[in-house]
Amino acid sequence: MTESRLRTFIAYVEDLPGVLNRVTSLFRRRSYNIESLAVGRTHEPGVSRMTLVLEADDDGARRIEANLYKLVNVLRVEDTAQRATVARELALVKVRANAGSRPSVMQICEVFRARVIDVGPEALICEITGQAAKIDGFADVLAPFGVLEMVRTGAVAMVRSAETSERDLVDEPPGARDAA
Amino acid sequence: MSAAPDRRTGELAGEWTGERTGAQILWEALRREGVEVVFGYPGGAIMPAYDALLDSPIRHVLVRHEQGAAHMADGYARASGRVGVAVATSGPGATNLVTGIATAMLDSVPIVCITGQVSSHVIGSDAFQETDITGVTLPITKHNYLVTRADQIAPTIREAFYIARSGRPGPVLVDITKDAQQRKAEVAWSETPVSVNLRGYRPEHTAGDADLARAAAMIDAAKRPVILAGHGIVKAGASALLGELVERTGIPVAATLLGLGGFPASHPLSLGMMGMHGEAWVNHAIQEADLLLALGMRFDDRVTGNPATYAVSAKKIHCELDPAEINKVVRVDLALVGDVAQTLRALLPRVARAERRAWIDRIAELKGDSAVRDIQRMPHDGRLFAAHVMHDLWRITEGKALVVTDVGQHQMWEAQYYKHDHPRKLLTSGGLGTMGFALPAAIGARFADPGAEIWVVAGDGGFQMTACELSTVAQEGIKLCVAIINNGYLGMVRQWQEFFYDGRYSATPLRSPDFVKLAEAHGLTGLRVTRREEVEGAVAAARAAPGTVVIDFRVEQEDAVYPMVPAGADLHDMIRRPSPIVETADD
Repeated sequence: MTESRLRTFIAYVEDLPGVLNRVTSLFRRRSYNIESLAVGRTHEPGVSRMTLVLEADDDGARRIEANLYKLVNVLRVEDTAQRATVARELALVKVRANAGSRPSVMQICEVFRARVIDVGPEALICEITGQAAKIDGFADVLAPFGVLEMVRTGAVAMVRSAETSERDLVDEPPGARDAA
Repeated sequence: MSAAPDRRTGELAGEWTGERTGAQILWEALRREGVEVVFGYPGGAIMPAYDALLDSPIRHVLVRHEQGAAHMADGYARASGRVGVAVATSGPGATNLVTGIATAMLDSVPIVCITGQVSSHVIGSDAFQETDITGVTLPITKHNYLVTRADQIAPTIREAFYIARSGRPGPVLVDITKDAQQRKAEVAWSETPVSVNLRGYRPEHTAGDADLARAAAMIDAAKRPVILAGHGIVKAGASALLGELVERTGIPVAATLLGLGGFPASHPLSLGMMGMHGEAWVNHAIQEADLLLALGMRFDDRVTGNPATYAVSAKKIHCELDPAEINKVVRVDLALVGDVAQTLRALLPRVARAERRAWIDRIAELKGDSAVRDIQRMPHDGRLFAAHVMHDLWRITEGKALVVTDVGQHQMWEAQYYKHDHPRKLLTSGGLGTMGFALPAAIGARFADPGAEIWVVAGDGGFQMTACELSTVAQEGIKLCVAIINNGYLGMVRQWQEFFYDGRYSATPLRSPDFVKLAEAHGLTGLRVTRREEVEGAVAAARAAPGTVVIDFRVEQEDAVYPMVPAGADLHDMIRRPSPIVETADD
């Protein structure tokens, strides 16, 4: 038994009504708490891609994968723990900033490679992209100025290099063959 | 319709082209799946389908409550191995199916439920009898569909049947809007069946060579192995292969509740049922084993007791079709994911012949040590024990009847004392434990196996949950033998209250109608048995009667099922039979 930790799964699903509901219902029913979930189209028509982050140990991860495969509309699942992956999240942060504090906030943005996308007399909106930890750090540093609002997309992830693409969706066998 | 359908063979033949209503397409699609009988109840949103039913060769059985329809489809599927079909209208008709669908889901039974839905243009408007039944049944179906167009009906039915019966079977619901039933679509059925194209659904798995070799080595090395035979053996039709494996390796077989009959109970290496109400020697053998070979079972909590102390000295090989079951409850050393029959076929030539005398002797010793209530020697003091009834029923029917049980004490007594030698001869709700299952499931089984001697074994509580289906029995002219094990309590709950709640009987004393008169009110025969010596005559009379006979067995009121592993306790930590009841080891 391994430690539980946050894991990122990528699920390619058929772009049909109710499929998101089927996936989230599965996690609810099996008592997994979804940390984040991002859904969007892929370059292939009719296929959507979900990036799910949730807490699981190794056995749990295998069962999540196997349970996802049991959904008829799920085409393929990748547990990114098995592969070299890049993951990114986007956040918008509205932070209190007047004429006096604005330069400090903007300096912090520069350090974090965040962009200021809206400036008002009393607040700024910053846009930041990166791994979850970087965004956490950004929010911490801004906290003393007064964070008024924050929204995060949740992670999207992609396996490095050309080792995978949606073109393999039909050919790849389900990943639970070495379940034990 | 160009070609007349062959009703008996259900051949997927005959050209069928031109424009048809969705309702007509529905029945033709069902016929092409080999459906001969459906169980259902009409209502507003399914009326177009019911109108077209009159022109279909498919037989319809009118139930008295839609829960019964789902259980009938389930019983039909369990008894035949084919897909059972239930039909209901929208809203309450559909929601009444829910218990039956969940029952089929937990026991992996292939059924297809067809429900009517309000017309597509009013979906979402809280229309009369509108329920989001695909939403409701999402977690209790293998898959479900909402069909809003007539031209989608045929391919959807094809997919639904394929999904229901393939891989690990399960229930599929197809919700069809009223306008989809009414509208017309162009159909062009040829001689060959329409192919199914489900790109994300790959239900088949095959165990790899290396794993099979490892399994064989583990089996050969085992000194104290036990086979755990589950429902998968029955479903995969793997009984003969299991028999071969046992003959070859000399490994004894313990069965789950749903695995009973998958291996002959009369075989010397059959241990009997494992788990909460398994005999003590079975559970002790599992706890002492050095290898568990789990075949088509899922380590249900009723089977393992406390998983932390479950068979700790045993290596575990899990042969299972569903990868999601691996390491779910019990961590295993090796998983062979695939159809259990296929796995056994591949495994058989790889394992060595062995006898394992010492281990068999040890189990015999455990069996001798574990007390068994010897039914024949139980005192004849005027009291009638449920165990008497089960034992006598087994003896008189020579163990050949198809028995459909409800849920509760009688279910466990049946499992303990009716020794099943053949698969698909015990139908029972294991996973969900659905009271009210027995009578409707037996009606379904009757259509699957018209020649079988069918016994319904139910408690006085569960029987009343679906007793309305006696009307269905009467209307359809169905022959069943019904044994009501009537103890005046919700017996299993009462037993738990006795053991774990200081005997405080909360809401378990139960007053029932006069079951003899109830049977008679339906035009059926009712008998009452209060003494042991009346059992034989009543059973014989029920068997001989042309129609359905209901026997009200008035049994000992506060009897309990022994042994018992309390929920969550260690498997070896059983509550044993109390001393006042005569026990011997030579059962």
